[in-house]
Amino acid sequence: MANTQVSASAADVSPTRSRKEKPRRQNLAGWMFVGPVIFGVLAFQIVPVIASLGVSMTNWTGLNEPDFLGLGNFVALFTTDTRFYSTLLNTAIFTVAMVVLSIAIGLALAVLCNQRIRGVGVFRTLYYSPAITNVVAIGFVWFWLYEPNNGLINSVLRGVGITGPAWLSDPSTALIAVIIVALWQGVGYPMVILLAGLQSIDKSLLEAATVDGASNWRRFWRVTFPLLTPSIFFLTIMQFISSFQVFGIIYVMTSGGPNNATSVLIFEIYQVAFAQGRLGYASAMGWVLFLIVGLVTVFQWKMEKRWVHYDN
Amino acid sequence: MITLIVLAGVFAMPLLWMVSASLKPENEVLASPPTFIPSVFQWENYTAAADGLLPFFLNSVKLAVLNVTGLLFFASLAGYGFARLNFVGKNIAFALLLATAMIPSMVYLIPQYMLFREIGWIDTHFPLWVPNVLTPVFGTFLLRQSFRGVPRELEEAAKLDGASIFGTFWRIMLPQVKPALAAVGALTFMASWNDLFGPLIFLNSTRLQTMPIALVLFQGEFFTQTNLMMAAATLTIIPPLILFFLAQRYFVQGITMSGLKG
Repeated sequence: MANTQVSASAADVSPTRSRKEKPRRQNLAGWMFVGPVIFGVLAFQIVPVIASLGVSMTNWTGLNEPDFLGLGNFVALFTTDTRFYSTLLNTAIFTVAMVVLSIAIGLALAVLCNQRIRGVGVFRTLYYSPAITNVVAIGFVWFWLYEPNNGLINSVLRGVGITGPAWLSDPSTALIAVIIVALWQGVGYPMVILLAGLQSIDKSLLEAATVDGASNWRRFWRVTFPLLTPSIFFLTIMQFISSFQVFGIIYVMTSGGPNNATSVLIFEIYQVAFAQGRLGYASAMGWVLFLIVGLVTVFQWKMEKRWVHYDN
Repeated sequence: MITLIVLAGVFAMPLLWMVSASLKPENEVLASPPTFIPSVFQWENYTAAADGLLPFFLNSVKLAVLNVTGLLFFASLAGYGFARLNFVGKNIAFALLLATAMIPSMVYLIPQYMLFREIGWIDTHFPLWVPNVLTPVFGTFLLRQSFRGVPRELEEAAKLDGASIFGTFWRIMLPQVKPALAAVGALTFMASWNDLFGPLIFLNSTRLQTMPIALVLFQGEFFTQTNLMMAAATLTIIPPLILFFLAQRYFVQGITMSGLKG
């Protein structure tokens, strides 16, 4: 990430002012600039995060006098709450599918859009447009494309002699159906990042490989792909964090159903906190989410040097 | 090339289908076999949907303006401070900012909700913009990078002319980072316009709701009239699409910069 080292060499001070006055004025000016944001981060994020840890150890509903339960909520989540297991499993399936497929499809689209063809910008815009479309509108359209009898998808399938499934109302296909929609909406971002990665590759490296007689296929996997691994690494982190916190598409399309087949972590927390009012229990779920996201991200950074290629 | 066209067709289909349905008479929407071109173009669907959506559209516009201007203001202040000013506690402040970028919002949302209930902000628009504009972590990073790229001579010349620090920042430095401001502004607009979670938990009154929630409400009211729902859905996605076409360069830049090592 960003370089946190601050150069102390910026001694661009006018010689007329006294030595004591300068640092104080500088400190004041600096804090006038960054103060509002630091205040915001403390008031709206850091302090609430700490408060959330406290709340997660109580049975608070926002109205009652809370009892201290210690780790009781966490123990309950992992021992008695069977629904929590299926939620974690669904979230994991959704996340793995999204990370792998969105990057793979995004890479394919980026390679296609990296050709020297007139009007290629139109295609890039098209592939990206679902990403800027709001999730409720997306939910409406797909809900209706998936309609089992007269929906477009099953009508097309019937045309080629296949009886389509009930998609969203069948527990065995609902999660797949949701993943398809999320992919359709989600591949634009990896595509844009990887396209920028492709365009920054030094052409002379590819030409050298061609001179050496490498086929297109070989050239892609031996030269292009290794040079893209920093972008792919960045995407695995970003896609993991965002997919693990999917909410909108589930809220709009399935509400976690049928029969919990699509219940995911954020949707469950939303239900437990704001529909059932169990703020303590929901906060515990939030912390489990935080820990999983943190641990997996740290693990991804640890694995970085195993497969990510840097020039120097 | 052929692959590109076929894939583009598949990608565009859901949105084209939405527009097609939005122009159809009600009985044609779920006709079997499905038709793509409506038998008559029923533009009244749009006037009917637009009538219902107008108040929500205005709420969405208001919040988008507050979010974009507020966030750009505070993010560029902080970005400039971290890029060019020296002060006590700078490293700690920056590390704090880096650390919060990792925290899932769900973790602080419940205490935030309680805080807003305590100060009477529930069912007002404040929770949908005040926390956003005061926590512009990504925007601060991006603008900090851009300010670092501006030649120091510009600032020194302004200082010699007797400009204050704020004056230098506002009149000399800010115009130098316009592309980054556009990129952050464009991404902020999208986030504000498409936000579903915020309005869902912080607002109760229908009159305060934004476009995405208006669609949800619309669904309850006109559930059987798919053509009207599709017209409403199309109307909600038009403003971001127009903005995207106009400012595509800045979007791509913003998205790409989010992927670069700062």
